[in-house]
Order: sequence, then structure tokens, then C-alpha cells
Amino acid sequence: MTLVLNLLAWLPLINRLPESLLLILAAVICAVVALGAVSVVALVAVWAERKVSAHMQCRLGPMEVGWHGIFQTAADGLKLFIKEDIIPAMADKWLFIMAPAVVFSGALLAWAVLPLGPTWVPADLNIGVLYLLATSSLVAIGIIMAGWSAHSKWSLYGAMRTAAQFLSYEIPSALFLLPPVMAAGSLHLGTIVDGQQGGILGVGNWYVWNPFCLIAFVCYYVSSLAETGRIPFDLPESESELVAGFHAEYSGMRFAFFFMAEYADLFVVSAITTLLFLGGWHGPFGLHGTVIYILKVSAVIFVALWLRWTLPRLRIDQLMATCWKFLIPLGLINILGAGLWLALTGDFQ
Amino acid sequence: MDGRRSQRRQIQDRRQKEYEKTTSAVQLDGLMGSKRFMVIPAQPKPLQGEPMVVFMGPQHPSTHGVLQVELHTDGEVVERAVPRIGFLHRCKEKIGESVAYESYVPYTDRMDYLGAMNTNWVWSMAVEKLCGIEVPERAEYIRVFAGEFNRIASHLLFLGAFGMDLGAITPFLHVFRDREMVLDILEELSGARLCFGYIQIGGVHADMTPRAMDMARRFLKVLRPHLDDLNELLSYNQIFIKRSANIGVITAPQAIAYGLTGPMLRASGVNWDLRRDETYSLYNRFEFDIPTGQGLKGTVGDCWDRYYLRVREMYESARILDQVIEGFPEGGEFRAKVPGVLRPPKGGEVYVRAECPRGEVAFYMISDGSTKPYRLRARGPSFCNLSIFETISKDMLIADLVATLGTFDLVMGEVDR
Repeated sequence: MTLVLNLLAWLPLINRLPESLLLILAAVICAVVALGAVSVVALVAVWAERKVSAHMQCRLGPMEVGWHGIFQTAADGLKLFIKEDIIPAMADKWLFIMAPAVVFSGALLAWAVLPLGPTWVPADLNIGVLYLLATSSLVAIGIIMAGWSAHSKWSLYGAMRTAAQFLSYEIPSALFLLPPVMAAGSLHLGTIVDGQQGGILGVGNWYVWNPFCLIAFVCYYVSSLAETGRIPFDLPESESELVAGFHAEYSGMRFAFFFMAEYADLFVVSAITTLLFLGGWHGPFGLHGTVIYILKVSAVIFVALWLRWTLPRLRIDQLMATCWKFLIPLGLINILGAGLWLALTGDFQ
Repeated sequence: MDGRRSQRRQIQDRRQKEYEKTTSAVQLDGLMGSKRFMVIPAQPKPLQGEPMVVFMGPQHPSTHGVLQVELHTDGEVVERAVPRIGFLHRCKEKIGESVAYESYVPYTDRMDYLGAMNTNWVWSMAVEKLCGIEVPERAEYIRVFAGEFNRIASHLLFLGAFGMDLGAITPFLHVFRDREMVLDILEELSGARLCFGYIQIGGVHADMTPRAMDMARRFLKVLRPHLDDLNELLSYNQIFIKRSANIGVITAPQAIAYGLTGPMLRASGVNWDLRRDETYSLYNRFEFDIPTGQGLKGTVGDCWDRYYLRVREMYESARILDQVIEGFPEGGEFRAKVPGVLRPPKGGEVYVRAECPRGEVAFYMISDGSTKPYRLRARGPSFCNLSIFETISKDMLIADLVATLGTFDLVMGEVDR
């Protein structure tokens, strides 16, 4: 944001506009850039998912469009874009139209505070973690809207499952994000990352090496998979039970928005994992911060893909039991333990 | 746009009128598949939930074909699930009474299309018994070879599809890699990959080739390690066990009472296999075990048992195939001398059954001295197995219902015939 403002101030004529207009202009530019970035990340993530799954299943995956099918997702996107827009006759039209937008904006909003490096951040909020938790709830609302408005029983099942699952898993994911926040003493993402600087090989000070943070790391990862609705927690859309769940009635570009939101979300939770537990842009070998950061996020995303193509799906009661009977008590105890550790040693390193 | 809006308004108006006329308390009659229901006149509506009726299928990914299941659900709990069949009915039995005996072989392919070799085989045995035809030894060897490979192909497909029902997608493609190799062998034998029409009355329609033998040897070498891999990936996966153990339990008395056969029966702990207990063809020459359900991860006769039984049956089939390849005769006829037009004696009546991948397939026939059967009746194992579904699926979660239905390994072509 500051960067864009500085750029604008540089340009002749435009820099004579009043400051409020300049701010709005800068915000619009940032949003457009973020939108572009989300689309590119989603395209690459979808391609990666297809290639990773293919190679795990003894096949090649997309090979035709571009080098190893790298442009396949773009071609598919184009196809979805020109498809007929179908709204079921009995659907609640406005909710039906709004739902993909809400889901996608939920995923997009999170990008506002995600830093790509020490200075590369669209909006440098000092309550970044809180903001991320808040925006991720928006996705659940959008999915419930989609499932409810389509007027299909299978979609309704998907929506009800979403309501139960996403809202439940908000709690453990918030609880397990607390230990790093406690250690850094701040909700500001940059401060939390900088608290993990240095150490052996540049990796020794990552919060993940602390036992309480390690528990938090693993459990947050599990909860984040549940929050993005991926196997083994893909109950909202579980194909073999609910056909396609909440997006059963969607086609064309609206479906593409759900699809892109899923991968944008996956990137967001992987980025949060990296920033809070894996040292963000700090790493070994003196590599450029952003490069290290992207590599780490890719590794975290790869693990999510790996799990998806290995595991079967949980049942709804097992899913809820995991959350309420295991993750939430563990999260509370974990916070207590982390607090004691901090009180005794003063630091996580 | 206007058309859509007015259509929607019409539907809403109609619903409103219907709602005013009736209350929500619609009582369904207990009869299976009946559409009779009682409408109670309008009364003040009490504040309580009502069961939601959802139709699962005939175009649902987990009904494995065109089965329709009528679900009466209370949230995620299915209070009652009624299977409705008949979407694929093609009058197979009636057709059998209007085509010649030897022309009916391709029709049997399309009954159980995943175990086509075995269904061909039962039909051929039935006609051979009716006409008193002796099958040469070499032909019998080829039949066992083809039949057991088809059993492996069918069970492999089941494993993949069942994993898919529980959300595990990768095993599905792994088993397809192996099934592809089996189909290559059967293609080398018969020229077809799904509906073979290979086992004919009096023998088989083409001789065994050395290439098919080589392919079989190569496949049997990789099958066991691949199955071990699959066990690691799926069978012993903790989530998989949690999802399938203690779900949809069928006890042995229940299984016998409902006339279940094949893996469904054996998984409930009943040791019954026609290949051994009512031996036919060359099965008395080969050594093999009949696996039964043991309740390793839960109760005897649960979904996991039914799944794992098929894995063990594949190991046994591989054992039989090893012996077939070892003892395969050098020379001999691959088909008996069969007259061009078959005319079985008048008044002949046979009931021939055999162990197919899904259970007992049987044909009952009466001949009247002409070239066509006077009466023909087929028994499909999936049809009989499906009869227990309504009983065991009471008060299940939707996900468990899908898992239970998956273990039935239904082929709708054979349920509806």
C-alpha cells in the first residue's frame, strides 16, 4: 500500500489529486494486483494438484496444453468462462448469485494482510492474525448460502455439514495459533516472523522446535485442512455421498469461483502455517526471503495434496468428535503449557 | 427470463396450495416400494421436524449403476432406506426363450458385465448338461484360467470402487492399473475386454496362446506385491478401518435367511463355496482355501470383513491360477464336437449353478425339443444380496449407508436382468 502510494506520488498530474482520492486509487490498484495474484496462485495450485495426484496414481495427468500441461488450468478456466450460466428454477436467485462472490471474497480478503517478505505487504495490520481468523469465517457463510439457495436436498446436506464443520474447527485453529502469538507478544504477522530470526543455520529459532508449538503446529495443520474442506475432511462436498454437496447445482464461472476460492484458501492457510511456525521468510543459505517463503509455502501445500490423495474421508460424527473431544481440550491445555514455559524461560527459543 | 420467473411462480403457487390442503404429516405405508400414502386433513401445525425423503440415484455416483434408494432421513441419520430397482430391465429371461441356445451366450455377458466369463460359463454348463455334451480337459483348463482371471478383475474393481465410496481416490487408479493387465490377458484370449462371449457351449471359442500364458505368469508375479501395497494403503488405514469396521453387520443366520451368496455370505462366517462344496469343472484338482470373515477389526460380517474377504479371495485365485499354469495340458481339443444347431431332448429340465465373483449365478431351463428353451429363469446373486439392504440399513448415517451399499458389490445389469 505504501509502495503503491509512493509510486502514485511520483506520477505527474495524478499526484495533484486530493489525498483521499489517491488512497482510494491505491487501494483499488492493490486489490486488482491481489486478485491477479490469487488467480495465478489458484491456477498453479490446481495444476500442481493434478500433476501430484496423477503421479501418485501411476498416470501422467495433463500433458497436452503447454509444457507438461501447465496451461491446462487456464484452458479449463476459459472453457468454464464461456459455458452457459444455469440458475435452477426453484433457486433463491440472489443468494445463488451472491454465494460464489462471498466465498471468493472471503478467500481474497485474507490476502490483504499476507506478507510476501519483510516489506511486501498490502496492508500492514497490527492485528493480522485476528483479521485472518475473521475473514476465514466468511467462507463458511458463503458456502451455507450456496447450499441453501440451490433448493436441492443434497446441497442442503452439504450446507449443514459446512455449518457444523467450519464453525467447529474455527475454535481449535484459533487456539492453536495462540502459542506463537504469545511468544511474539503481538498479533502483527511481521513481528511474529521476526521473532523467529537467527538460530542454528537460520532455522534454529523457528517456533516449531518448541514442544508446545510443535503440538500447535500439527494440530493447526489438521484444523486448517478441515477449514479448507479437503480430504480427509471434505465432508461439505463429499462426492460419493452428497454428489458434490454445496456446489452440486453450480456450473460455469460460478463453479470456477468456488474452485479458485478453495485453492486460494489452501494457499492462505499454508502461508499462515509458514509465517507462524516455520519462520516465514527467515531461512538458511542466505537465500532471498521471498524465495524461501514461497518454497516453504509450496512444501506445506504439497503435504496437503499428499494427504488428500492418500487418505479416505472421515464420517461426520468422527469429524465432530475429533474437534470437540480431542482438539479443543488439547488446545486449551497446550495454551496453559505454553504459558508456563514462557513464564519460566521467558522465550520459546 | 420472464418464462423462468413465471414458471417459478407457478411452482411456488402450486406448493402453497398443496401445503394449505394438507399438513406435513404424511404417513407412508409400510409396503416396500409402494407409493400409497395417507394425507391427513389440515390441522394446526405442531412445531416438530419431519423426515426428509431423498432419492439417492438412479444417477448417484455411489449406487454403482442405476439403483435408486429412497432415503427417509432425519438430518444425517437414515431411518429407512428402500432400494428401488428396474431401471435396467431388459427382459433377459424372456429373450432367452426366443433365441437359440448358442445365441444366448452374448446375453449372459451383459447380465453380470464385470464377471462375464463366469456367467458365460454357467450358461454353457447348463446347456451342456441339458444336451449331455462332454467338455475336453484342455477346454476345462482354459475355462478355469479365464474364470479365475475374471474373478480377480471383478474383485479389483470392487476394491477400488469401495475405496472411492469412502473417499480414497488413489487406490481406485492403482487397482485399475492391475485390472488393465488382467483385461489384456483376457483380450489376448478372446479378443474382447468386457463382454467376452468366450466360453461357448462345448468348450471355448479360441485356443490358449503362449503369449497369454506369458502375460499370466508376469501378472501373477506382480499381483501379490501389489495387493500387499494396497493393504498398506487402504485395508489397514486407520481412517478406513474406523469407517468400515462394525458398520452394516450381517450375522450368519441373517445371511442364510436372506439367501445371500458369495463373498457376502462368507464374510458373515459361513463356510460355503460351490467350487469346493458342489465341485464342477476341474476345481477338485486344485488346492485352495475358502476364506471366511473373522471380524479382525470389528464384528464378523461387517463392511471391513466383506471388503477384506475379497482381498483374500484374490490371493486364493492367484493360487489356483498358479496350479492351472503348471498343469496346463500340452495338446488336446479346446472345443467338443457340437452340432451346428442344438436340439436338446424334449422335457429336459436343469438347474445349474456356479460360484461367480458376486455369488451363485444359476440358470433354470426346460427344453421342449426345439432349438430354443421352453422356459428360462436366471438367478442373479446381486439381486438376492440386495434383499437384505433394507434390514441392515436402519438408523445409519448417510456415509455408513454408502459404505454398506459399496460392500454389496452390485452390478445392476444382473439385478434387473
